[in-house]
Amino acid sequence: MTPATDTDTTSYDAHFKVWRGDLDGGDLEDFTVEVNEGEVVLDIIHRLQATQVPDLAVRWNCKAGKCGSCSAEINGRPRLLCMTRMSTFERTDVITVTPLRAFPVVRDLVTDVGFNYEKAREIPSFVAPQELGPGEYRMQQEDVGRSQEFRKCIECFLCQDTCHVVRDHEENKPAFAGPRFLMRIAELDMHPLDAAESEGLDRKTTAQDDHGLGYCNITKCCTEVCPEGIKITDNALIPLKERAADRKYDPLVWLGNVIRRRS
Amino acid sequence: MATGTEPQLNTGPQPGGVRGSTRAAITEPHLRKDRWWLAPAATALGLLAFVVYSSWRAFANTDYYQAPYVSPFYSPCLADNCETMKGGPNWALFGDWWGLSPALIILIFPLGFRLTCYYYRKAYYRGFWASPPACAVAEPHKKYTGETRFPLILQNIHRYFFYAAMLVAVILTWDTLLGFRDEHYEWGHMGLGTLVFLVNIVLIWAYTLSCHSCRHIIGGRLKHFSKHPVRYRMWGWVGKLNERHMLLAWASLISVALADFYVYLLATGAFTDPRLF
Repeated sequence: MTPATDTDTTSYDAHFKVWRGDLDGGDLEDFTVEVNEGEVVLDIIHRLQATQVPDLAVRWNCKAGKCGSCSAEINGRPRLLCMTRMSTFERTDVITVTPLRAFPVVRDLVTDVGFNYEKAREIPSFVAPQELGPGEYRMQQEDVGRSQEFRKCIECFLCQDTCHVVRDHEENKPAFAGPRFLMRIAELDMHPLDAAESEGLDRKTTAQDDHGLGYCNITKCCTEVCPEGIKITDNALIPLKERAADRKYDPLVWLGNVIRRRS
Repeated sequence: MATGTEPQLNTGPQPGGVRGSTRAAITEPHLRKDRWWLAPAATALGLLAFVVYSSWRAFANTDYYQAPYVSPFYSPCLADNCETMKGGPNWALFGDWWGLSPALIILIFPLGFRLTCYYYRKAYYRGFWASPPACAVAEPHKKYTGETRFPLILQNIHRYFFYAAMLVAVILTWDTLLGFRDEHYEWGHMGLGTLVFLVNIVLIWAYTLSCHSCRHIIGGRLKHFSKHPVRYRMWGWVGKLNERHMLLAWASLISVALADFYVYLLATGAFTDPRLF
């Protein structure tokens, strides 16, 4: 490794603190590691594995911000390791990398994100309309536009990690689906062909009653960390809260629906 | 699977947040190095300044009218003890038994609208209640139930405050039109105050219409936009405004305070309204 201190050179040595450990304990360990022009934090973690700590555990896959595997916390902020450019830091910065702090740690930078898969299973899936067969689905672009934004989700679970409802309160995990899966409910409820209501499933009500929508206090951290730039709070969670209010807290809407059904 | 990386069996919820027994053993409540405290601190200070100013003015019950301008804090004036405002918003619905400042009656509605507003909720949950103080910064509370129970479940009535805020905005629009008179109630005049009121009412309307409840009522609640092209178009417009809801919330908060302060300066004689024509 060639140390580089001159700021005109494209290569330099950076000071990293990386959390190492497992369920039995761990600590931040200091490393000095080479950084080259154009690299991202995941490159540096890989260089650490290659040159200093071959047993450093890190989950990664596509290195293109599309698989959602390399979620971690960099300087205390939930980020994708592969989408965090080293050029966003000063050369003198100490860069701290830890695993996601909302989920049980497995080893080093790897956490057990099984909570999210449990929550995913709790969301009733798309209900196909009975009158349409395979290949007969027709939808207008303006009707699917809203849901399409949510389909950009890469399931990196950074929004789940940063959400204080579960990050700071483990006891809320059974009751709260988290922003990613409330967004999934919004996506299905806005889907023009979802026939859940005809099957007796009211997603607006169950979002509040079964999936913990009321826990969300719309502080927008999910939106801040989303690497896909999905406006989770404004376009999914708040519209879903308004839809739940239609069902549960608005007597005028309730009355209107009753009258419409009778006529 | 690599040795020692087997996921733990789910043994149910564990107490504690980021320092819980299953999380990575890090003692610090957060590791952020940026000035994360600046935004909530500035928000809290800004909101606190407005609360102090508006409380003083609302309870003062004086210096709120100087023809042709009426302070937005006192409009409409629903008690008998209001100053007479020629052609202005004098509707003594509360009669003469109301002895306190008439501003206290009407301010409940814009206050309720802003208190239950989705942006202000974020602002004061972060700024005053530290829930959370900033993203990935541990909150100090041991328990959290959010908006699932009383009193915060009442945030769900935001839309009703939106309807009330629309009515108040209509009245403030009328007040702005009255500003095109001079101090002798002659029409066809304009002063610096008229401009102040015009800017204020534009911002009030922009903030009110950019509301998330408005966006929902206009079209967000629909499942098929294609069957409601007019509402879809309007939903798009409100959506564009909605993207600037935070900006409009602050701008209209400041403008309403400035409009009131302008009337206060005129009413106390500290300043004379420059006539443009």
